[in-house]
Amino acid sequence: MNAETSIEPSVAAAAAHAPHKEEAVYVYQAPVRLWHWVNAFSILALCLTGYFIGSPPPSVTGEASNSFLFGWIRAVHFVAAYILIVGFALRVYCAIVGNSHARQIFLPPVWRGRFWKELLHEVLWYAMIAKQPLKYAGHNPLATLVMHVMFVWGILFMIVTGLALYGEGTGMGSWQFDLFSSWVIPLFGQSQDVHTWHHLGMWVLICFAVVHIYAAVREDIMSRQSIISSMFSGWRTFRDGGPGDNGL
Amino acid sequence: MTETFYEVMRRQGITRRSFLKFCSLTAAALGLGPSFAPKIAEAMETKPRIPVLWLHGLECTCCSESFIRSAHPLAKDVILSMISLDYDDTIMAAAGHQAEAIIEETVQKYDGNFLLAVEGNPPLNEDGMYCIIGGKPFVEQLRYAADHCKAIISWGSCASWGCVQAARPNPTRATPVHKVPGIADKPIIKVPGCPPIAEVMTAVITYILTFERFPELDRQGRPKMFYSQRIHDKCYRRPHFDAGQFVESFDDEGARKGYCLYKVGCKGPTTYNACSTVRWNGGLSFPIQSGHPCFGCSEDGFWDKGSFYDRLTDVHGFGIEANADKIGGTAAAAVGVAVAAHAGASAVKRARQKGGDN
Ligand code: HEM
Ligand code: SF4
Ligand code: SF4
Repeated sequence: MNAETSIEPSVAAAAAHAPHKEEAVYVYQAPVRLWHWVNAFSILALCLTGYFIGSPPPSVTGEASNSFLFGWIRAVHFVAAYILIVGFALRVYCAIVGNSHARQIFLPPVWRGRFWKELLHEVLWYAMIAKQPLKYAGHNPLATLVMHVMFVWGILFMIVTGLALYGEGTGMGSWQFDLFSSWVIPLFGQSQDVHTWHHLGMWVLICFAVVHIYAAVREDIMSRQSIISSMFSGWRTFRDGGPGDNGL
Repeated sequence: MTETFYEVMRRQGITRRSFLKFCSLTAAALGLGPSFAPKIAEAMETKPRIPVLWLHGLECTCCSESFIRSAHPLAKDVILSMISLDYDDTIMAAAGHQAEAIIEETVQKYDGNFLLAVEGNPPLNEDGMYCIIGGKPFVEQLRYAADHCKAIISWGSCASWGCVQAARPNPTRATPVHKVPGIADKPIIKVPGCPPIAEVMTAVITYILTFERFPELDRQGRPKMFYSQRIHDKCYRRPHFDAGQFVESFDDEGARKGYCLYKVGCKGPTTYNACSTVRWNGGLSFPIQSGHPCFGCSEDGFWDKGSFYDRLTDVHGFGIEANADKIGGTAAAAVGVAVAAHAGASAVKRARQKGGDN
C-alpha cells in the first residue's frame, strides 16, 4: 500500500539475482539505512567515551605534557557527537522528503484507535499470549512508539544537553553557549544537574539499545517478516507470502 | 549638597596619591585599560557619592568578613569609607534605635537613589518571624528598602540562591531576594559565592558607584566579568585533567604531585566563579591549589546536590539513593536479565510449536 516502488538499479539487480519466493517490499531507503548504521556506531562511541568521561581510567604516569589521554577521550566524544547531530539533522530532512517509512518513527499515529489496538496486540505477542504477530511493511506499532520516544526524543535530549555542556567549554558568545547552555543550564538548575541528566540519558539509551537489538533478532527469527537483513538491503521480505496487510 | 566620592575619601584621611593608585588598581581589577584610570578618578571627583544600605537577613556574615579582607588594603579603606557611612549593622558605629533610624533617614533623603546591598535572605514562613530586625520581620525591612532603592546587590549565595538556610527541607522557607513575593521590580545583580571573593565584591561595587550602572550581566544576573567562566576553564591543574592524571584518594601519590581532583569529586567543571583566576586572600591560593576539590559554593542550590565529593548528583526515589552509574548499570543489568529470560521463553515456545507441527 504505502510502500515505495522506486528501486535503485543496484538493489533491483541484487534482487533479481536472488529471487525471493515471498513478496518483498522496499521499505528503508538508502539514506535511512546509512543513517541507521552511522547512528548506531556514533552512539556506541558516545556511550563508551561518555562512560569514561564520567569514570576516567586509572591515572597515566609521567609528565602531563607527554599524555593527552583524557583529552582524546573527550575529543572522540565530541567528534562522534557532531556526527550524531549532523546525521540526526539529515535524518529529519529524509523524514520530510523521503517515503512514508522514513517518516514513521517521527510521527506515530497516536491519534488513531487502531494504532493502540494493534499496539496491544503486539504487547500480547511479546507476552506470548497472542499466537501470531500481525504483519507490517514498516515497524509494528509498539516498535514505532518505543523508537519515537527513545530514539527521536532520547537522541534529541542527548543532543540538547550535550550541546549545553559543550557550550560551557566554548564559552559565552559561542553559538553552542548562546543557543543551548544559556537556557538549558538554568532550566535544569545548574551545570551539575545537566551533567547528571546527560549521564542518566546514556543509561536509558543503553537499556533501550539492548531491547532494540534483542527485539530485532527475535522478530527476525519468530515473526513473519525479515528485520535485520532489511536494514542492510532495504527490502522487507515476508515468509508466508503477501505484503503486510496491516502496515500502518 | 552631597559630597563627592573624592571628598569623602579625603575626609577619611586618604591621600590624593593613594586615591589615584586606587583608581588604576580598580581599572585593572575590572579588566579595563589603563586609560580608564583617569575616567574613574574624574567620576569619583565629580559625582556625588551614592549611598549604600547594607542589610543583613539570615546569614553568617561571611560576605562581610570576606569584603573587609579585600586584598589591597587601599581598596578596602576606600570602599569602606564610601559605603560604611550609611547602614551596615555589622560594621557601623550606631546601634539600636539610632541604627534603625539611619535606614529611615537614607530612604527619606535619597529616595530612589541609593543602592541596596543585601547579605543573607528573608525567611517567609510564620510571616517572617524567623528573622527579626529591630522588632520587625526582616522581609518587611527588605521590601521597604527595595521599594525606595535604585538597584539591589544580592551578596553571596544566600541572597542570590538561598544557600544553606534554604537547603532542603528549608523549614523557615528562606527565599533568595529575587524570589521574595512583592519585592519591588528593581534591577538585581547577583554576586554568588559562600562567600564571594573579596576582590570581586569590591570591584563590583566600585564599578556600580563610579559608572552608575551595573556591569554586563549574564542571563542569571551575575556580572559576566567574574562569572562567565568555570573554575575548570582556568584551573592550573587542567593539564593533568587533559593528560588523564587524577588524584584517586586524598593521600595518594597523585595528590602529592598535584594531579587533577576530578575523581575525588571536583565540581570545578560545573562551577562559575573567579577562584582559579582571582584566587583568595590576596591571590595567595584557592581551594584546589591547597589540594581540595571545588565544591561549587557559588552554584544554585549547592547544598542540595548530594555530597560535596560527588561530581554528579545522586538520584533519590523509592527510598533508595544511588548515583547515575549504579542506577543505570542496575537498570541495564535488569533489562539484560529480562531479555535473556524472554529469549529463553521464546525458544521454548518455538520448540513447542515446532514439536506440534511435526
Ligand atoms: C547518545 C548520545 C550521547 C551519550 C550516550 C553521551 C554520554 C555522555 C556521558 C555519560 C557523559 C559524562 C557525563 C558526566 O558524568 O559528567 C558525557 C559528557 C559530555 N557529553 Fe555526551 N553523550 C551523548 C551525546 C552528546 C552530544 C550530542 C554532545 C554534543 C556536543 C555531547 C557532549 C558532551 C559533553 C560536552 C560532555 C562533558 C564533557 C566534560 O565534562 O568534559 N554528548 N556524555
Ligand atoms: S582540579 Fe577540578 S577544576 Fe581543576 S582541572 Fe581538575 S576537575 Fe577541573
Ligand atoms: S573553589 Fe569552588 S567551592 Fe571553593 S570558593 Fe571557589 S567556587 Fe567556592
